Parts: sequence; C-alpha cells; structure tokens
Amino acid sequence: MTDIKLSNAQIAWRAAQDIEDGAYVNLGIGFPEMVARFQPEGKQAIFHTENGVLDFGKAPEPGDEDWDLINAGKKAITLKPGTAFFDHADSFAMVRGGHLDVAILGAYQVAQNGDLANWSTGKGGIPAVGGAMDLVQSARRVAVLTDHVTKTGAPKLVSHCTLPLTGVGCVTRIYSSLAVIDVCDGHFVLREKLPSCSMEELQALTGAPLHTDGPVADLICPEELA
Amino acid sequence: MDKRISSAAEAVAEIPDGATVMIGGFGGSGAPIELIHALIDQGAKHLTVVNNNAGNGHVGLAALIEQGRVDKLICSFPRSADPSVFVETYKAGKIELEIVPQGTLAERIRAGGAGIPAFYTPTAFGTEVAEGKHIEVFDGRSYVRERWLKADFALIKGELGDPHGNLTYRMAARNFNPVMATAATTTIAQVSSFVPLGGIDPEHVVTPGIFVQRLVEVPTPAQEEELNRAEAVYP
Repeated sequence: MTDIKLSNAQIAWRAAQDIEDGAYVNLGIGFPEMVARFQPEGKQAIFHTENGVLDFGKAPEPGDEDWDLINAGKKAITLKPGTAFFDHADSFAMVRGGHLDVAILGAYQVAQNGDLANWSTGKGGIPAVGGAMDLVQSARRVAVLTDHVTKTGAPKLVSHCTLPLTGVGCVTRIYSSLAVIDVCDGHFVLREKLPSCSMEELQALTGAPLHTDGPVADLICPEELA
Repeated sequence: MDKRISSAAEAVAEIPDGATVMIGGFGGSGAPIELIHALIDQGAKHLTVVNNNAGNGHVGLAALIEQGRVDKLICSFPRSADPSVFVETYKAGKIELEIVPQGTLAERIRAGGAGIPAFYTPTAFGTEVAEGKHIEVFDGRSYVRERWLKADFALIKGELGDPHGNLTYRMAARNFNPVMATAATTTIAQVSSFVPLGGIDPEHVVTPGIFVQRLVEVPTPAQEEELNRAEAVYP
C-alpha cells in the first residue's frame, strides 16, 4: 500500500548506489547531504562543496569544529588526505565547465521534461537561490531526491512546473519515496518502484504519465540505516 | 612599498557614503568581522554591499544592516541560522535585494576584476532570474548575458600578508575573498599575521599584492559562528 514509503535516509542510500567510483559529486544542502554516508564498498566518490572544497571528511565531533572549514550548508567538515581548497571562481568553473559528474538536490516540483523548481515557493517570501541554478544547468547528471508527493498529497512530479524554475530540462533522474524515475525525451520513465505500490497507485500519485521501456525493478533499500 | 596599516579603523577611514563595498566570506567562514565592525564604527551609510549572504545574528554584515547602513544588497542566498535582521529590514522596505546565482555572482566579480564587461553563462536560462537579459545561442545551447560587477572597496580576510599585500588564506575561508580582491578599486585585507617579504613562499601566494591596497593585522580574528553562539551583538 502507498502508506509505505522510503525514509529520507533510504532515498539517499538508493541514490548513493548509482554513484560511480571516481565520480565528482555535489550534494545539495539538507537531506541530499546524507548521500555521502551511504557510498557502496569499493566505490569512492569525491565530493565538491561550492564554497571551495573538494574531497572532505565527515563532520567533526561537537567542540572540535573549525569554522573556517565548512560545507555549503555552513556545517563544519574535516580535512582528509587529498582535500583541496580553491576560490569561488574556480569552484564554479568546476560546476559551469561541466566537470561535475553528478549534482544531487531536493525539489518542490519536477516536470516530465526535466524542468526543476526548487528555490522559491512563489509566495512572496525572500528569494534565495544559492548555487542551485549553476549546478542544475551544468552538472552532467542532475538527480533529485524527494518525497513523491507534497505534505498535502499533491504530486511533486508534474506535467509542467507551476513554481518558479531553477533550471529547464535539467533533471536526469528522480529518486522519490516510492520510485526511481528517469527523464527521457520529455517523459517520465519508471525504472523501479516499491513492491507494495501498484502501478495504478503510483500513477495516481504522479502528475504526468509514467512510461516504461522495459521491466520495472523492485525498489528495495535496507530497512535500518545508520 | 609597505601597504600595512596599524588599525582596522584607519584602514576603512576613507570609505564614503554611497560606496559599493564587496565583503568576502561565505557565511561566517572568511568573513572579515573586524573590518566590518570598523566600518560600522566609521559611520558610512547608503552602502551597496556585495556578499554571498545577508548576515547571521547581530554581528558582522547583519550588524551593518541592523545599523541601517546598507541601501542595497547583492547576494545569492539571504538565509542563515538567524537571518532576522535582514528579513525585518527587507520586509520594512528599507533594503533593496538583488539575487544573483552564486556562480554568476562569482563570475561577475571575476569579470570585473579581469576587465571583461559581460559574459555568457548557461546558469538561470529559462528562469525569472534571466528575465530581461540578453540570450544568445552558442553551438545549439542558450546562454544568458551577465554584466561584470566592480566595487569601490573590498573588505577581505586572509591568513598571512606581507608588506606588498601578497596573501594566503586559511582553508575554506578563501571562498569569495581572492576574487573580490581583484574587483575593487581599493582592497583592504585583514590578515591573522603580518610576515616580512619572503615570508610567504612565492609558490603559495594566492592573491598577489597587486590586488591589495591596504592590510591590517588582526591576530585572533572573531568567528561569526562563535560570536553568534555567545549571542553577541555589535556594537
């Protein structure tokens, strides 16, 4: 039944399984940051944070923070062998120049043509875009992690975004709380879904047609994730 | 040649009302808190400030805004753990906000420093940020034309500085500081330590002194995060 859904940690785990060994990856602020915890054995991604660090370590113990060493979410990080620092112009040369393999972000809405809305709810609040517009337009792959529907049950995967866009035609894959869906040639193509969720249920919770171009795999994640 | 100045107050003394001031840092990391506080003490108003953020708590850039000195802010992300000063000032209609995508902000500043009046970027194409801007297609892809960004003054934070203004930075506190140093008529750097000429290995100079006009030593600079945890308020 559709009252079963993946936790944010499970969604992050699933996304982490697709990151190739040696990939350069930028993780958005908030729950996408969890992806770093779930790298599969034997695959080492290099994480980029747009404030000027490549290949950093975990969060320090409370009390050990060095506030000159933070990530884009302003959280303290640590050094590791291989860490590199650089300024903002170089950081966004990495982004805009197409050197990042994957950017992983959250979303308010994703449209079937790959348009993404994730920076403004359009309600007259104070706009804040950060680096998202740069990342989505230039990373080779743009993956979205999201609940399949909003808190009120409305689809977040839609035919056309109604909220202000972050980027056009940029999303390549969506890891939702119910499914893994690719954006191909203006369509949502279903790759995996929770076994407990029927095709009909999933379609009813999705705001645009779900296509298939082969077998749909079961979306299976570990139950317990540290 | 010796660009060293004895105090932060002296370093910022000539910033006039109406100046455009770039302030380095990403959140608190790399923010030149002592120079910002000296600017608050100095009294210049009607400033246009360029920074990635909009201040946090009641120190540094937030304090400058709280004192009513900033007419316009150009930034990418006016949010923080405690953005209340900016939010209240903005909602009261007392500050103008220009939102710029972070990479576009960095590149506009870089272009300003490098003498390039405009450039094309794929960032923000098809979004409201690109409305009214010239679009051009190169090799089948659409790009947005963006203008350079320059300033009268830049306030930046380094780690080591020598009398010629050669600078190093500390870890991720580098961020916008080197690029802002290039884009201002007068760049004022606070550094944790003055070193003599030769005290920085030429291979390790990040900002060559040609981009720096003045520097002041602040041996144990305040960290915005620590000030905010102590609920500090400036002045």
